[in-house]
Amino acid sequence: MRANFVASEVSSGIRRNLTMTMAVIITVAVSLGLFGASMLVRAQVSTMKDFWYDKVEVSIFLCGKGSDTPSCAGGPVTEAQRDQIKADLESLKPLVDSVYYESQAEAFARFQEQFKNSPIVDNVKPTALPESFRVKLSDPTKYDVVASAFAGRPGIEQVNDQRKILDKFFRLLGGLQLIALLIALSMLVVTVLLIVNTMRVAAFSRRRETSIMRLVGASNFYIQLPFLLEAAVAAGIGAILAVVGLVFVKIIVIDQVLATSFQFTAFVGWDAVLAIAPLMILVGVGLAAIAAFFTLRKYLRV
Amino acid sequence: MILFDGVTKLYANQERPALDEVSLEIEKGEFVFLVGPSGSGKSTFLRLVLREERPTKGQVWVAGKELNRLSNWKIPALRRQIGTVFQDFRLLPNKTVAENVAFALEVIGKPASHIRKVVPEVLEVVGLEGKEERRPDELSGGEQQRVAIARAFVNRPILLIADEPTGNLDPGTSVGIMKLLDRINQLGTTVVMSTHDQAIVDQMRRRVIELEGGHVVRDQSRGVYGYAR
Repeated sequence: MRANFVASEVSSGIRRNLTMTMAVIITVAVSLGLFGASMLVRAQVSTMKDFWYDKVEVSIFLCGKGSDTPSCAGGPVTEAQRDQIKADLESLKPLVDSVYYESQAEAFARFQEQFKNSPIVDNVKPTALPESFRVKLSDPTKYDVVASAFAGRPGIEQVNDQRKILDKFFRLLGGLQLIALLIALSMLVVTVLLIVNTMRVAAFSRRRETSIMRLVGASNFYIQLPFLLEAAVAAGIGAILAVVGLVFVKIIVIDQVLATSFQFTAFVGWDAVLAIAPLMILVGVGLAAIAAFFTLRKYLRV
Repeated sequence: MILFDGVTKLYANQERPALDEVSLEIEKGEFVFLVGPSGSGKSTFLRLVLREERPTKGQVWVAGKELNRLSNWKIPALRRQIGTVFQDFRLLPNKTVAENVAFALEVIGKPASHIRKVVPEVLEVVGLEGKEERRPDELSGGEQQRVAIARAFVNRPILLIADEPTGNLDPGTSVGIMKLLDRINQLGTTVVMSTHDQAIVDQMRRRVIELEGGHVVRDQSRGVYGYAR
């Protein structure tokens, strides 16, 4: 195998076929960029889930004076009911990680703190806010276990899962990620078709060389290698461009814009980018090689 | 060197076979003319030897190998033993004379040092010394065919297939090409040449195999072209 001969064949092939090669590079970059972006959104969702699920609680609001749900028909929660609920919660360990009791006075203090700039504070009496148990679960997805055990029980007005609110948001992000992934997949199909066509044009423009190569007994591998490398080089450049784009998204969009504007949540770190980048390059070069291989089997037979 | 045993070649969508039950043998070191009108099966014969086609029936043996039993990945090794020359030269226009010859060695992975040594040698054999850096379009037809012969011969094949090598050349130039092919034959390479050129066949007085309608109608050592039978 003569490395410099192959290298000169590849570079002359790319130069001869420059417009098609550019088209391959750009489509590979765009489709892999989208693919990487959708992977990044996915990583972002899981980062945010980790961050938020750690903080979400299940709130069990107890009946107060004005409660009108059926389970509160017996009037405000009694001492005995409250103790029984607490004991039942404790018995659900290890699913229940910790239980915190918030009295009406504490709820009012927190309310005042949260709305201190709003006139609404003056209109709310301390007794208007319900007392509650704040329950932290070791596995936030097992909310249903707690809900079915406590919802509708006498003395309990309502069982609230904060995770449900977050889930709506995560579903939105998940939907966006799915759309990006679908676009990326259709772009990857376009990329494969374009590579197939580029290889056909390349095989046609080099048919004189390949016919001589066959006659003098060059092996299939030797005849096809320049084409395979051409496709792999173009796809590799496209994949590198896509990775550069992903790094820019991380630095500019995530770190500089989103992270400074939304400081209350966590964003994906470089570990996610480092995990996605090799996958992008692998997908890009692999697709190109597969597309080229099957095209060449059809057009460059012995 | 070449043995055809009851070879029939029927192309798809054709009723009449291009070769019909052809059996013949060509010995090592022979110089053989393949003559006959267009469509008589000369090209099919050569394509079968090169394993560009497979026979519909019968066996083709080349250099001790039965080509039907030759697996695909061994075809390149077969073709490295066979040089090929065509009527239309088939040179690469963007490469020089020396590069055109070197190309045949580069693509079968010969080392650069070997190429540097043998390319000038073979160009001397075909009489092109001093024209190494010319491009094909700067050469006459005869010179271009000499480049093609140099490329076919540079790997010292045991068999040279020439498909109407003088078909595009004037008679004077053709004589030079025939002398060159004769010299290559003297160096030990078996030569099989298809031709329409009556004067050359009559002058050379070598074995003549005449095909007509896919049959061998004449096989004569030291023969003539023989349309005037």
